[in-house]
Amino acid sequence: MKRSTLVNWLLVLAVVALAAIPVLFVQGEFGGSDGLAEQAITESHPDYEPWFSSIYEPPSGEIESGLFALQAAIGAGVVGYYFGAARTKRRLARGPADRHPEDTP
Amino acid sequence: MHIAEGYLPPLHAAAWAVASAPFVVHGARAVVQQVRTDPDSKLLLGAAGAFSFVLSALKIPSVTGSCSHPTGTGLGAVLFRPPVMALLGTVVLFFQAVLLAHGGLTTLGANVFSMAVVGPWVAYGTYRLVRRLGGGLGPAVFLAAALGDLATYCVTSVQLALAFPDATSGVGGAVVKFGSIFAITQIPLAVSEGLLTLLVVRLLVRVSPDELRRLGVLPTPPATPTAKEVGA
Repeated sequence: MKRSTLVNWLLVLAVVALAAIPVLFVQGEFGGSDGLAEQAITESHPDYEPWFSSIYEPPSGEIESGLFALQAAIGAGVVGYYFGAARTKRRLARGPADRHPEDTP
Repeated sequence: MHIAEGYLPPLHAAAWAVASAPFVVHGARAVVQQVRTDPDSKLLLGAAGAFSFVLSALKIPSVTGSCSHPTGTGLGAVLFRPPVMALLGTVVLFFQAVLLAHGGLTTLGANVFSMAVVGPWVAYGTYRLVRRLGGGLGPAVFLAAALGDLATYCVTSVQLALAFPDATSGVGGAVVKFGSIFAITQIPLAVSEGLLTLLVVRLLVRVSPDELRRLGVLPTPPATPTAKEVGA
């Protein structure tokens, strides 16, 4: 394996470890920090009434997580498409000289 | 960093919307200009926006026992400069506010200011500073993305503190309170965002170095006649 490929895999591993370690070793609810901030506001300012509510609210947690997955999937699809297109472009631009003999008719 | 719908008093919500609006309008112009002057960069521009789309959808557990998400705006800020991310970040936040009930339309201005304005500018500033001090592309990208991410959450803490000052310790105490909710949770996530952004830039260096040269992220190769001016 090339050294730069190894470094890339180590980067992926580090990100996975950073996410996994808290789940394994920290006791917690793992609720969203956005929600915790809402709670803190309600505690310190009990008289505050949110004056506007979301125009659309996903009807259940399942649908909400589905929409989040959709968001990630669309994004990942576009990023993946870019890398595929760029790799192909680079390979074609390198010209016939670089290609394996069996590639050329 | 999403301030929930209705959770900023009308005056604050309006003020942040007014503060963000010029950045977003300027950002829209920057995107149009980028596409017009360099049509080949369109695809990479889309990929930078998509990266933010992915990362801001990923809620990752953190050491404080709660979850938060990266912002993904550092990559686009480094590649295309911050104004472009002002628009792309706004698109991401708008999608989340309308379809996911995450963030909100009344708080869009405040959320845009933290994630699509301050985050990208801090990322870009960090990137330029590290490069100027002689740092390599890798460290510069890592620090840019990580600090941009952290800055976003610090701004959110300040925004909430201004709207909901502590009864005894005032705005300062509230900054500490909201900061302990957001900023500490965010530190490992900022590191993750830095590492992921570094990974993407490393892959970009491999598959599309010409594109990065055009954007000025990589120096022009010494083989070209302009090599003398690069001086590296």
